[in-house]
Amino acid sequence: MLLEVENMTTYYKLKDGFVRACENISLSLKQGEALGLVGESASGKTTAALSLIKLLPENAKVMSGKISIAGRDISQAMEAELRRIRWKEIAIIFQGAMNALNPVRRVGDQIVEVLRIHEKMTDKAALLRTIDLFEQVEIDPSRVRDYPHEFSGGMRQRVMIAMAIACNPKVVIGDEPTTALDVMVQAQVLQLLEKLRSKRRMGMILITHDLSVVGETCDRVAVMYAGQIIESGPTERVFENPAHPYTRALIAAFPNIEGERYLAQSIPGNPPNLLNPPSGCRFHERCSESMKLCSCQEPLPVKLDSGHFASCHLLGRRVLS
Amino acid sequence: MITSEQKKDLFALWKKNLVSFWGIYSQNKMGLIGLVILIIFTLMALFGPLLVEITTMAVDDVTQVLHPPTGNFWLGTDDLGKDIFAGVIIGSRVSLLVGVAATAISMIIGTVIGIVSGFYGKTIDALLMRITDVFLVIPWLPLMLVMAALLGPSLANIIFVIGITSWAGTARIIRSQTLSIKERPYVERARAIGSGDTHIMFYHILPNVFPLIFANTVLVAAIAILSETTLSFLGMGDPTRVTWGMMLHFAFSMGAVSFGAWWWLLPPGICVVLVVLSFTFIGYALDEVLNPKLRRRD
Repeated sequence: MLLEVENMTTYYKLKDGFVRACENISLSLKQGEALGLVGESASGKTTAALSLIKLLPENAKVMSGKISIAGRDISQAMEAELRRIRWKEIAIIFQGAMNALNPVRRVGDQIVEVLRIHEKMTDKAALLRTIDLFEQVEIDPSRVRDYPHEFSGGMRQRVMIAMAIACNPKVVIGDEPTTALDVMVQAQVLQLLEKLRSKRRMGMILITHDLSVVGETCDRVAVMYAGQIIESGPTERVFENPAHPYTRALIAAFPNIEGERYLAQSIPGNPPNLLNPPSGCRFHERCSESMKLCSCQEPLPVKLDSGHFASCHLLGRRVLS
Repeated sequence: MITSEQKKDLFALWKKNLVSFWGIYSQNKMGLIGLVILIIFTLMALFGPLLVEITTMAVDDVTQVLHPPTGNFWLGTDDLGKDIFAGVIIGSRVSLLVGVAATAISMIIGTVIGIVSGFYGKTIDALLMRITDVFLVIPWLPLMLVMAALLGPSLANIIFVIGITSWAGTARIIRSQTLSIKERPYVERARAIGSGDTHIMFYHILPNVFPLIFANTVLVAAIAILSETTLSFLGMGDPTRVTWGMMLHFAFSMGAVSFGAWWWLLPPGICVVLVVLSFTFIGYALDEVLNPKLRRRD
């Protein structure tokens, strides 16, 4: 296993208590595999990703759990060690990558910066590598000396990808890498990520709220709701046989261009307040199939097929009967 | 690996930036007037002393004491028969030197304290900002006088004293901008790629606060020149050097007013006013160039 996360829990400390942004997150990623992490806004996707490389804000803390990258446990690693691991082992393409480039530095120099920190390269070698990276992400290498404002949104996103793969990381986390882009550019960027992933055999975690993106690129998918993974499994299985009512609702909320035409269904209610999450199953207040049991007991993950898990009391009953 | 062609590109880019900067700057009448005055005084400081004969500063003839302006002495002479015009030209050198050097000291201190304070926050911020408050609150003229008196009259001391007393405002401004910039996504990204604090402060934040430093420098330079004149006028200057402040000091203490020797008092005074005014004008113009919100669109 390239990346293994077991029961990771991350809380934000606020004045009036703890925000339980991530609870008991377990993930695993094989070499060359793409995992999609989907869920609505504020479901803890980004927190989960940032917890993996310990880039959380000061008031957040990974309370418990085990994170290992390529067999190496980093849950207890100190800051200095983490700084070495970040980017060499696990890199991230930031959310809103449009703003993740310093406006007053040349684009090329910002990639050279990464290489100089991690590879101890000379300026000359780093610039050559940067030119090579630009070619890999399909940007004209002569533009390394341009400033970020001279690039379009899609190109800046490509630069961020080039930056992410600069040190040949084993795992790349894409935190909504295509969110601010239009559909055409989005498709190009996703294709590029696909190409790089298969060529370099990197593991990739794609965080998104766009199910179509996951369907197109990911081998496996994990659905998050209110800080918990409520269903995970091979993408096709989960999309064709969603076991959790939330997953079903999420899929129904998405217009389908193939097959039967229906009006996209919205999910009633709002995501719960994670300062004080609902008892039992966190989805029970919005669930159309909730039972008495749901409000008092938290459902445990049930294994449905090989690698397909879901946490719902309905499944427990089905298994029992 | 920068080929000569890339160097040419780089040069072209600078040229392009400079041309567009000038395009906006030259629209500003205030800025142009300031720039012209400053260039005249800079040329005067650089080449003036070469043209003025040193002998004109020596006492030649007792009959030429306190002589009003004539063809020989364009601005007349002082109580020792020294040429005022030559004094004004030689004095420009010290005034500008003090202006530039003291401003440099003040800017370096202000920028470092501002960035470190804004970046680290918490205890370091509180500590540095209280020190800054002290410098802001203490009346700067008495502080400067006391320091100058303790250190003794020399040009280097004057520069040091002015530099050390004028950084507080800069530190405040730079700190506030740093507070805003350190929350930008690219600083988070820099941290993610494993950059250290020093690297982030000077590679990512410093270039982003540069426009502020730039505009502030010009305004501090004006204050520095005024301070030098003030200190010299009050007798804390280097008595071995001819400066505008020193000329005013002697004119005042030797009673130029009661002699009616206006030609002795006015020229150095007007020069100080013009130089300070030129810096202020340039400062306002730069502010307009660097802050598009202030720009008029017509």
